[in-house]
Amino acid sequence: MLAQAVRRLLLAIPTLLVIVAAAFVLMHLAPGGPFTKERQMPPEIERRLLAEYNLDQPIHVQLGHYLAGLARGDLGPSMTYKDKDVVDIISEGAPTSAILGLSAMVLALFIGCSLGILAALRQNRSQDYLVMAFAIAGVCLPPLVVGPIMQLLFGVQWGILPSQGLHRDEFGLVYLLLPVLTLSLPLIAIVSRLMRASMIEALRSNAIRTARAKGLPEGRVIWRHALPIAILPIISYAGPALAGVMAGSFVIETVFALPGIGKQFVLAAQQRDYTLVMGVVLIYSFLIILLNLGADLMYRVLDPRSRTA
Amino acid sequence: MSDILIDDAPQPLAIKGRSLWEDARRRLMRNPAAVTSLYVVAILVLIAIFGPFLWVHKYDTIFRDSVAVAPTFTNMHLLGTDTEGRDMVARLIFGLGISLLVGLAATVVALTIGVTYGAVAGFIGGWLDEGMMRFVDVLYSIPFVFFVIVLMTVVQTDSPVTNLMLIFMAIGAVEWLTMSRIVRGQTIALRKKEFVEAARAAGAKPLEIVFRHIVPNVLGPVVVFATLNVPVIILAESFLSFIGLGVQEPLTSLGRLISDGARQMINAPWMLMSPAVTMLVTLLALNFLGDGLRDALDPKER
Repeated sequence: MLAQAVRRLLLAIPTLLVIVAAAFVLMHLAPGGPFTKERQMPPEIERRLLAEYNLDQPIHVQLGHYLAGLARGDLGPSMTYKDKDVVDIISEGAPTSAILGLSAMVLALFIGCSLGILAALRQNRSQDYLVMAFAIAGVCLPPLVVGPIMQLLFGVQWGILPSQGLHRDEFGLVYLLLPVLTLSLPLIAIVSRLMRASMIEALRSNAIRTARAKGLPEGRVIWRHALPIAILPIISYAGPALAGVMAGSFVIETVFALPGIGKQFVLAAQQRDYTLVMGVVLIYSFLIILLNLGADLMYRVLDPRSRTA
Repeated sequence: MSDILIDDAPQPLAIKGRSLWEDARRRLMRNPAAVTSLYVVAILVLIAIFGPFLWVHKYDTIFRDSVAVAPTFTNMHLLGTDTEGRDMVARLIFGLGISLLVGLAATVVALTIGVTYGAVAGFIGGWLDEGMMRFVDVLYSIPFVFFVIVLMTVVQTDSPVTNLMLIFMAIGAVEWLTMSRIVRGQTIALRKKEFVEAARAAGAKPLEIVFRHIVPNVLGPVVVFATLNVPVIILAESFLSFIGLGVQEPLTSLGRLISDGARQMINAPWMLMSPAVTMLVTLLALNFLGDGLRDALDPKER
């Protein structure tokens, strides 16, 4: 299993290279550049600027430069923040986004799994319908709607929770409460639906019939026998989904005025800050590959059937 | 002939000939949530099509003397006006139409690419399948936003209609990935079936087998996915509107109305509430319909 993990990690390197190259070329296909501004600058200055950032060279040469930088662990200078490197910008924003995403996912897994199991055990009864109604509503209410409403209720109307910003000192966690809740709502909805479906299927399997036939108590049947089977689809979902939320959410970070990389990324893409965009794409792809691998490994630990493959 | 063969197959997949479609339709009609949603969707579509002709105000008429008025019967601004002084009911009806159109058109784009791609990869198999699916994996690892932003800016346009077409293409071009995986999986399950062998024995060419024999048989999961994908696309469009790449003025969409409304939430809450409720109702109906279709076409889960 360790060999398998190492092999997958090695395979990730060429995959990442392909992703970087694809994103790099796509990015440069978009018209305009980081220095295309409303005000025309003198041609001499523009030429010098482009030369400074290697932007006057053919695209494959630029890609070569970029990859050479990557090999040294250098993501290059930002093209819109004149005095900052991409590494600095990302290391400023990434912790906020990562904490936000991770807490939202942990919360979603905990609540979502509980709700899903409850719904499965009470299939086609009122609790089931209640959970499913909540799950569908959670998918239908985008953070764009939930965020401002939460701010209005908790922050403005009742004044019990801070509605915006982030303070890294003593009460930092309080500031994350509303954003985490908003971000986790659709995740809870998806997890609880998945959990319900797979739990129902697991409860109908032959293994469970056997466990019940042996006369095991119902609690033991559910927690020790059905849950390990039913949790598998959740794991394959949670891996890539965690990468998605950890790489930052533009809507959440904008609505709650948080300094994360999701916001930086969208702004950078609109301003053609090539290096900053590439930096975030790289982090996202790396997280996806890593967390997919993590999910697969966990799958193997939990499901003996998949080990033979 | 093929009906008999398929009906005898040991593991009946989603759709097997006419009789099973009929069964599915009956199951759907017995599901009250799905039937209600079907009516709700039908009503919403009718409102979106005929509403603009029936409502007293036009979506882009500006009333300079009534800017950001709360809902009132004066002058028939039943849901108030926005900060430009345009009637919210008219904008809501128009925005609903655009959102449904985007959802539908982008789904068609995603379906066309995804079904073709997945069916070809799954049917031919081997290294071609391997390569094609690795390509999908690579695209999966690039953030959605990145793609859409690049696609939306490659062709820069000032025409709102061209811009709308670009949104269809951009969202569709991202959403086909999942579709292609589903179709590929189904195709692999089908390609060794007797009816495919029979078609090959009868001299059908590979492409003919894919589109005449395989694709019609994977239609069940595809229909379910497509229905459930429309709300996802409507949400994606609202995200695009929020970052300023969505539908352009004077056109509007539910997402655009919501993101404009969210900015005016404290001074003019009606600008957020009416589009938010409309979107909730639309998405709820589409989701319940999709779930109902899935239960009807694949009754295992109930």
